[in-house]
Amino acid sequence: MHELSIAEAIVVVAERSAKGRRVAKVEVQVGHLRQVVPRALEFAFELVAQGTCLDGAKLEVEEVPASIACRSCGTAGRATEFPFACPSCGGVDVDVTSGDELLVVALEVEEELPAVGRS
Amino acid sequence: MHRTRVRVVEGVLDANDTIARSNQADFEAAGVTVVNLMSAPGAGKTTLLERTVQALPGVRLGVLEGDVQGSLDADRLATLHVPVTQINTDPGFGGECHLDANMVRSAIPSIPLDELDLLLIENVGNLVCPAEFRVGEHHRVMITSVAEGEDKPLKYPLMFRACELVLVNKIDLIPHLDFDLDKLLRHVEAVHPGVPVMLMSAKTGEGVEPWREWLAEIVGCVPQSA
Repeated sequence: MHELSIAEAIVVVAERSAKGRRVAKVEVQVGHLRQVVPRALEFAFELVAQGTCLDGAKLEVEEVPASIACRSCGTAGRATEFPFACPSCGGVDVDVTSGDELLVVALEVEEELPAVGRS
Repeated sequence: MHRTRVRVVEGVLDANDTIARSNQADFEAAGVTVVNLMSAPGAGKTTLLERTVQALPGVRLGVLEGDVQGSLDADRLATLHVPVTQINTDPGFGGECHLDANMVRSAIPSIPLDELDLLLIENVGNLVCPAEFRVGEHHRVMITSVAEGEDKPLKYPLMFRACELVLVNKIDLIPHLDFDLDKLLRHVEAVHPGVPVMLMSAKTGEGVEPWREWLAEIVGCVPQSA
């Protein structure tokens, strides 16, 4: 259900940016901390895209791992489990620097006229 | 047919967040502090609301009740003589599992904001989706009950990271359960370091005082309309 709501929101964003053009692909970034299951998201997207200009479009999910930066010693690293701790000094006073992403990055749209100067 | 790549870079939930900000502006214009209460089904949100209404006699309190279906919770709260507004998330795609900013936006005209100091929003019982959708609240609080076990923070970190206060409810049941409170607290701390935790039983009233004080303080923090 979580993925369904997110898929609906993705369709809204993509429809607006597509401006009536048919969409072949939607590229999204999903951080690991969002608790989104990519396959469930793709499935939900397929459902909610039906009847829109995204019908049949491919959803390309780029998963973004969680990263942290230590406030004490400045070390940056990957966070794979809770609690988030600095890989160098072991401190838990860290900033999460990636992993919370939930973004529509780009669309691939179909245009009737080939762009001038390109084949 | 020619394919063009269009760069977008837009947060999937930006549209929701924009509406949430409008909601918040409306609440602030009326001098109302808003708390979004989130938990799994059965953690005791409605009982806590009943207890809270009784504990804050000087505060003009209202409730916005989110449920997939029905008005059982709203009916329970109506007996407390506070304004209760019900949102049913059904019909949607089989009933939405959370409140979003737009649902709250459409409910705002039915909420007597001018008569309130504090609006408590009882979100749909769910440990995942409500964490994603801001609705215009000033504060996000989650309730976990001891009956849910110690592992929930590790299984639902999104929710435990999204809130600023964790209420551990039903502590009166601890003697009857195979439950390790220290373990739960360690897990909460692991997922959301430093988040305040309050232990309570909404049913018996034990431990409700810090919650009452917390609410009284946040109500005082938002400028009241003249």
